[in-house]
Amino acid sequence: MTVTQAAFKAAMLDPMSAVPTGILNPDGKPASKRFDVYRNNVAVGLSDALEAAFPVVRKLVGDEFFRAMAGVYLRQHPPKTPLMMFYGDAMPGFLARFKPTQSFSYLPDIARIELAMRHAYHAADAAPIAAEALTALAPDALMGVRLRIAPATHVVSSNYPIHAIYRANTEPSAPKPVMRPEAVMIARKGFDPTLHPINGAAANCIAALKDGATLGQTIASADDSLDLGAVLGLLLAQGAVTEIY
Amino acid sequence: MSNTTKTIFLASAVATAVAGLATTAAAQENVKCFGVSLAGENDCAAGPGTTCAGTSTVDYQGNAWTLVPAGTCETMELPAADDGMARMGSLEALERDLPA
Amino acid sequence: MFDAIQNPTLPPCPGVGYKAQHYRDIMDHPGPLGWLEVHAENYMGDGGRPIAQLRHLAERFPISVHGVGLSIGGEGALDGDHLARLKHLISWLNPASFSEHLAWSTHDSHFYNDLLPLPYTTQTLDRVASHINQVQDTIGRPMLLENPSSYLAFTESTMSETDFLHALTRRTGCGLLLDVNNVFVSATNLKTSPQAYIDAFPLAAVGEIHLGGHDEDEDETGAPLLIDSHGKAVVDPVWSLLDYTLAKCGPKPLLIEWDTDVPEWTVLSEEIARADRALAMVAS
Repeated sequence: MTVTQAAFKAAMLDPMSAVPTGILNPDGKPASKRFDVYRNNVAVGLSDALEAAFPVVRKLVGDEFFRAMAGVYLRQHPPKTPLMMFYGDAMPGFLARFKPTQSFSYLPDIARIELAMRHAYHAADAAPIAAEALTALAPDALMGVRLRIAPATHVVSSNYPIHAIYRANTEPSAPKPVMRPEAVMIARKGFDPTLHPINGAAANCIAALKDGATLGQTIASADDSLDLGAVLGLLLAQGAVTEIY
Repeated sequence: MSNTTKTIFLASAVATAVAGLATTAAAQENVKCFGVSLAGENDCAAGPGTTCAGTSTVDYQGNAWTLVPAGTCETMELPAADDGMARMGSLEALERDLPA
Repeated sequence: MFDAIQNPTLPPCPGVGYKAQHYRDIMDHPGPLGWLEVHAENYMGDGGRPIAQLRHLAERFPISVHGVGLSIGGEGALDGDHLARLKHLISWLNPASFSEHLAWSTHDSHFYNDLLPLPYTTQTLDRVASHINQVQDTIGRPMLLENPSSYLAFTESTMSETDFLHALTRRTGCGLLLDVNNVFVSATNLKTSPQAYIDAFPLAAVGEIHLGGHDEDEDETGAPLLIDSHGKAVVDPVWSLLDYTLAKCGPKPLLIEWDTDVPEWTVLSEEIARADRALAMVAS
């Protein structure tokens, strides 16, 4: 009796199904509880990884709910690579679709922040430019240059106060969130990713620079709410500009 | 903005940005610390026992799902996207048999 | 064909599974610690602190890279992207050793984060041997293969685990990583003799030994069911089985694995000291 890995996997993920025929106890009888070792390992291992990956989402929905939701998530979205540090890429979309979390419309964006923090932590190292390299350029030349943004730099924009919600769940005496759209930049100066509140125009500007827009193009497509001096200052201060090209 | 105005605007933004940097202290960071890497690490250990998560009912298609979010979201008075009404987070009784 | 045993590079002294919270202790109070083992997948990011830490550690200690995600026992082809990541890690780090498990964890491009069992047949032997050859060709060096913890048996198995491992070493030139706790766990769970397993094991191919703690449970018949949890101290019967093994094969690189409920360094230090005494006993 051949036990295919497809059959093993299917039974492993479905606790209600029978143990595949051909799997034995030491006394030669069909194994049951022994097969549960694998059912348990997979569910515990992947749930633990999700808990570690999304501490703020977990705090928002509560431990018991998160653990149960992880059981649903891991069966719908088992990891696509063996790198557990990146497990959970589908969480924002899952939270938006999963009926019990649908009404908490800010949750997907909080999950995006937590994913970005981890990706930033493991992103390639990149030496920042000296700020003076920018001032050394003639004003006319500035319009046509592009800024290479460090791979650890990410932006998340939301219709919800995501920075305030994140802070309220990670800092002891942070103010209570009030309803308004917010955006954040995640950057990594050195080894630890940090979160910076920015406005939507700044988020669009940083995203455009990341995509290779020239400084001139980012100005042309921005509205009045863009404070370019502040955006460039933040990028430079966080070591997020790695090349002028 | 004319091109000349844009050029001046950009040059001034760059000057502002660089001038502001002088007061930013450089962060002291160290390879010795540990950080986010502790999240979701790989190891080769087995989970505890046989009676935990892997064998409990998780079938979202069935009638077993009765949980509602019950963390700090309960105290976030934020409007939901669909109806604009403030919610305290504790949802009404959930509909069942809904595929995720 | 590779020959792992011709050039052993890990020293025959105690090593420990590296945990980032012990970085400073390891640097300041290594005691008899002679090498470190890291899980390959945790260093497959592009940069940041994990990689920087590993570079520092590698300047001071020989490093053993222990993979947990290759799925060498899988029915399907090995994951080419993952092999490429492994090749990159091995080439920049140039570790003293690379090891993986006799198990599968990936099916249809999904990774289940556990070491899943396979039956021992001529078909699975062909498949595992071909995967080991592919890994060794990719990284340009021999690897060590670790014996699993078993919780159950397959009716279709036609050979013993020790015969299966022996055949793999002959066919691929790979070495073996002998996990003595896994031997004890499997023998208890399958009601066989751990000493008989060691007697039948191809000890000449052993390039490293693992020791770890396990949890105790029971199956539905009340029979003991040990779980390879790596969350406790090594138990006395496993230390005895280690002595039995070392008496037969001599000193080997000896790793203490503690992956869950990771204790303070002082607790790990005691395990390392005990491993050192076990090695000293057989060396003298």
